[in-house]
Amino acid sequence: MTTINLLQAVNLTLKQEMARDQRIIVFGEDVGYEGGVFRATVDLQKEFGKDRCMDSPLSESSIVGVGIGMAINGMLPVVEMQFMGFSYPAFNQIISHVARMRNRSRGRFSVPMVIRMPYGGGIRALEHHSESTEAIYSHIPGLKVVIPSTPYDAKGLLAAAIRDEDPVIFLEPKRIYRAFKQEVPDEEYIIPIGKANVVREGKDITLISWGAMMREALKAADLAKDKGISVEVIDLRTISPIDRDTIIESVKKTGRVVIVHEAAKTLGVGAELISIINEKAFLYLEAPPLRVTGFDTPFPLPQGEHHYLPSPERIFNKIMETVNYLT
Amino acid sequence: MLFKNYNPLDKKMFQIMDENSNIKNEEYMPDLNKEELLTMYENMIQTREADLKALMYQRQGRMLTYAPNIGQEAAQVGSAFALEKKDWMVPSFRELGAWLTRGADLKMIYLYWYGNEFGSHIPEDLKILPVSVPIASHLNHAVGISWASTLQGKDEVSIAYFGDGATSQGDFHEAMNWAGAFNTPTVFLCQNNQFAISVPRGSQTSSETIAQKAVAYGMPGIQVDGNDILAMYVATKTAIERARRGEGPTLIEAYTYRIGAHTTSDDPTRYRTDDEVEVWKKKDPIDRMKKYLIDKGYLNEEENDRLVEKCGKIAEEAFKYVETNGKTKLDDIFKYHYKEITPQLLEQMEEYKEFLNERGEL
Ligand SMILES: Cc1ncc(C[n+]2csc(CCOP(=O)(O)OP(=O)(O)O)c2C)c(N)n1
Repeated sequence: MTTINLLQAVNLTLKQEMARDQRIIVFGEDVGYEGGVFRATVDLQKEFGKDRCMDSPLSESSIVGVGIGMAINGMLPVVEMQFMGFSYPAFNQIISHVARMRNRSRGRFSVPMVIRMPYGGGIRALEHHSESTEAIYSHIPGLKVVIPSTPYDAKGLLAAAIRDEDPVIFLEPKRIYRAFKQEVPDEEYIIPIGKANVVREGKDITLISWGAMMREALKAADLAKDKGISVEVIDLRTISPIDRDTIIESVKKTGRVVIVHEAAKTLGVGAELISIINEKAFLYLEAPPLRVTGFDTPFPLPQGEHHYLPSPERIFNKIMETVNYLT
Repeated sequence: MLFKNYNPLDKKMFQIMDENSNIKNEEYMPDLNKEELLTMYENMIQTREADLKALMYQRQGRMLTYAPNIGQEAAQVGSAFALEKKDWMVPSFRELGAWLTRGADLKMIYLYWYGNEFGSHIPEDLKILPVSVPIASHLNHAVGISWASTLQGKDEVSIAYFGDGATSQGDFHEAMNWAGAFNTPTVFLCQNNQFAISVPRGSQTSSETIAQKAVAYGMPGIQVDGNDILAMYVATKTAIERARRGEGPTLIEAYTYRIGAHTTSDDPTRYRTDDEVEVWKKKDPIDRMKKYLIDKGYLNEEENDRLVEKCGKIAEEAFKYVETNGKTKLDDIFKYHYKEITPQLLEQMEEYKEFLNERGEL
């Protein structure tokens, strides 16, 4: 066991995986010599050499496009987009090729690559540095989208992403990169992609979130507990494909649900979750499923971001609204 | 030698055999025997015949949109002939001749244009990527493939095909830049057929040649007469050998012309004159090679007719196969997105099958 933060968990996992499998190669802007602007890849170049961890030119489309070629030709690229907001120049590569190569070639070629991106707000950053557009990537058939919310999960999920034979968009909530530490096993372990985590059991209402918002969700659940409300808290972990079973099972038990995400509300992942719940558990519902989300605006600059990010209080209010529906 | 003698900024075009089939540049004459020359020629004829048939089937409403290659056979066959089996080819969408030269089955190519993704299922023994429709994006894949070859110590080179229009895309520049910076064994083969749909080459870029763009990325660039199959072969072979020796990437501009439409949905008379097309028809790469082979005594008219007929038959047979076997299997629509189908997709498939089943349509 070591006590590490989420960023260190990412770094540790990369090291262990690279040692395990020679085919893994890490590259992106500044990831080599400097170890990334967040230091997620620090020491990898020192340990594994320049051929295994290197600085790419400043060209997102190429980082992904070159990765595709390498994946097709026998390697396992784990590439970094410096920030999620800078993945858009690579959008064409991700959507047109990464996501489709297996289908296009009817299984002859696959692109088993991981695209890591620091994502999300709450770090008082410049414009384009707080993006949380996970819904965009989740809408694309052929991709898997994974978001850890703790160091423990980051390690198990990243290892799973690297070993997955399909391409994985791995979104790292940078707000909690260094926010807290946790005991993490030294040995390798896997957290399966496509499985949500029931973080806390409860019987009155289901609260679903992921990434950095898990911390706010848990605080809101504590506030509700003080009012005698028992909240079941689910960490989605995988945004695509969504673990419907865990959600449906929970909603059937509680009859109430609130979803929390920091991304914009309209057409967000919350909308998909509510659709699933309506399709599969409509008759169990005691109240309409509700959402606490960011606004349909670009992520505000630091002086305004506290308004945008769902707070425990906003979440708590929505929990109460749901619990008090028609009573 | 070749690249040293052809500075792309000098605006010289590399040619071995001129428009009258005379060998003008003896010192670069490739060491190809009769059999090899005839194989190259046959590949051009097969490409032309497959193309003509595809156009005919399309007009009869039996084939979907198709991108013809007429006029570009030498650029494609000549370059692809320089590759070895172990090398990778990363095509765009107008490379019928290159596919066939590398041993791809025409049935597969027809199947793709017939509207069935199984045409993109490349057999295990062929190192060719599927058709890539988004312009220029595949150039980066070629760089990645060849860089992976280097890192894994594999003796492979990759070649990427693209058009003049592709050079306006960011991906062209990113791929060239990366290949230069990493010295990857990549050959960039631009088929400058003078048009990107209706937009002439002169509207894409104010560079005097495409080849000279190589200078900016620190690699050799050469403009080649794209209708001269010998020059195309030699330039590509030289670039491939250079890459194999670890000396890095090359940009080749095949200066040619698309005789037909951009695709069967396009009407080229709207944007170019018959006179212009006539000038280029006189430079037909197949006519040029044919005359050369006849002059050499390697071919006579009668043998030529038999060859054309044989290739036409092969195309007919291939299309017949596709017409009887070309329907997409329902499961195939769902089967290939992930290594294992997701619960969501499985449910969507089952629900749809049940719907068909109830209507007796499954
Ligand atoms: C990114 C992108 N934009 C637009 C298109 C539509 N399109 C298909 S082919 C083409 C012209 C391509 O011209 P060029 O690269 O010169 O190749 P050619 O067709 O002449 O062989 C265009 C605009 C496309 N396929 N991809």
